[in-house]
Amino acid sequence: MARMKFLCDAERCIECNSCVTACKNEHEVPWGVNRRRVVTLNDGVPGEKSISVACMHCTDAPCAAVCPVDCFYTTDDGIVLHDKDLCIGCGYCFYACPFGAPQYPQQSAFGVRGKMDKCTFCAGGPLADNSNKEYEKYGRNRIAEGKLPLCAEMCSTKALLAGDGDMIADIYRQRVLKRGGRPQTWGWESAYGASG
Amino acid sequence: MKTTSTSARRHARIMLWSAVIIVVGAVFLPLASYVYVDLVSANAAAAQDANPRANYWRAIREGNAGYTSASGPYTTNVLIQNGGQNWRQLRNGPVASYTPWILAIVVLLIGLFHLIKGPQKLEGPLSGKTVPRWSLGERVLHWYTAVLFIILSITGLSLLFGRAVLIPVLGPQGFGAWADFAMLLHNYLGPFFVVGVLLEILAWMRFNIPNATDWAWIKKGGGMLSGEHVSAGRSNGGEKIWFWIVATFGVAVCVTGLILDFPNFGQTRETMQLTSIIHAIAAIIWVAVSLGHIYLGLLGSEGALQGMARGRVSVEWAKQHHDLWYEEVKNTATAETGEPAAGGSEAKQAG
Repeated sequence: MARMKFLCDAERCIECNSCVTACKNEHEVPWGVNRRRVVTLNDGVPGEKSISVACMHCTDAPCAAVCPVDCFYTTDDGIVLHDKDLCIGCGYCFYACPFGAPQYPQQSAFGVRGKMDKCTFCAGGPLADNSNKEYEKYGRNRIAEGKLPLCAEMCSTKALLAGDGDMIADIYRQRVLKRGGRPQTWGWESAYGASG
Repeated sequence: MKTTSTSARRHARIMLWSAVIIVVGAVFLPLASYVYVDLVSANAAAAQDANPRANYWRAIREGNAGYTSASGPYTTNVLIQNGGQNWRQLRNGPVASYTPWILAIVVLLIGLFHLIKGPQKLEGPLSGKTVPRWSLGERVLHWYTAVLFIILSITGLSLLFGRAVLIPVLGPQGFGAWADFAMLLHNYLGPFFVVGVLLEILAWMRFNIPNATDWAWIKKGGGMLSGEHVSAGRSNGGEKIWFWIVATFGVAVCVTGLILDFPNFGQTRETMQLTSIIHAIAAIIWVAVSLGHIYLGLLGSEGALQGMARGRVSVEWAKQHHDLWYEEVKNTATAETGEPAAGGSEAKQAG
């Protein structure tokens, strides 16, 4: 079974924001909600780098751990999804998430939050695959159609990779080798040890 | 002759080596500064970092902010914030696992007191005479705040412990619906509750300034265990402790609650994390102490509830629990039916 992951190659990202645009358009995301965003560090000075970031679909997801109504679940592909019929918009997942992925549509006065919205890895939600209701609540379910997330598919420099963790790791490792980098300083083994 | 030739040769050898050292020294010694500069700059480069990419990822890991063109109320220019994991571990760890014990221990202690010592009964027959204790305005304020307190306690505890306690009972859908309603009630009633708490503190501060009598009362535990009568003014030591718990923990709960309730003033995630932890801990301590207050008001002290329900207490209750205050107000004691202002209606009720 695949373990779905995003990987953004900071050497390639040119901050064109087409991943952000593709995501907004594909899922009809409301104003003020950004399922994906591009962050540039050292903007405007030599050595600036950009990264496109969205929900990272954590294995031990902090959002799921703090949710008072336990509305998160992980699919067989390792994608973290949530049930908007259970979500109460308390904001805890936003406090806990390291990546700032959870977003809330502004519902009414005093900053009352609507139901949380975040990147679904283009995998919809708990409703029937590709149904109208699923599309309205969670956006397009491209995974069920056998397609990968649109942000990565649209990336003009192929900086943003999405798919099975082993495959995108191989692609990235080949790039690093070609650039003359040091492959031994990157990867699962160097981060977590050889076993596993 | 031999000696002369030997010394001349030695002289020539010294001259030759001196010339060599001078020439070599003149050529190479000025270059030594280049060697020094090269060595120092090489060390500096090594210290800065061998891998500039590593510095970049380190900056991200430390939570440094960048630039993003995306905008929205929950869109941040920080790639990784570390506070969330600390908040998760505090909230799901100590807060969720220790605070229920505070509540359980308080309930257990009250239960043991009720079973072993039993409620404090009034001594002797009632004369029917009463003294005024709480005005109508004070009673309205008390019950307004009390009702909101109970609603906010139940809804707040549901949000913190519901996932562990209520989902197994109500199911995910059932609890989801209750949690939605509970959060709505909690968030909308909270500000009204804050008004009640602040008015109570302002109204009753003057009765609750600590003095030496209270210290004697507290040292004897109010005579609750020994059964003896301990002198007390209008408020006894226990009531003053309750007041100051409200004025400290209660105010902390109100302030943190307002910060959490209005997320539209640009509070950072760090603010919300710290605030929610303080809110949860202070609120549970407040709820735990309030159980003692509720027990004593309803069951633990016979005759006390009449004060907050009807505004007047029997002179026997006043003498037994607040002897110093009774001395001050005993000349206002009247028969229960004889309240001058509302005498007619009171008489009809009593009749």
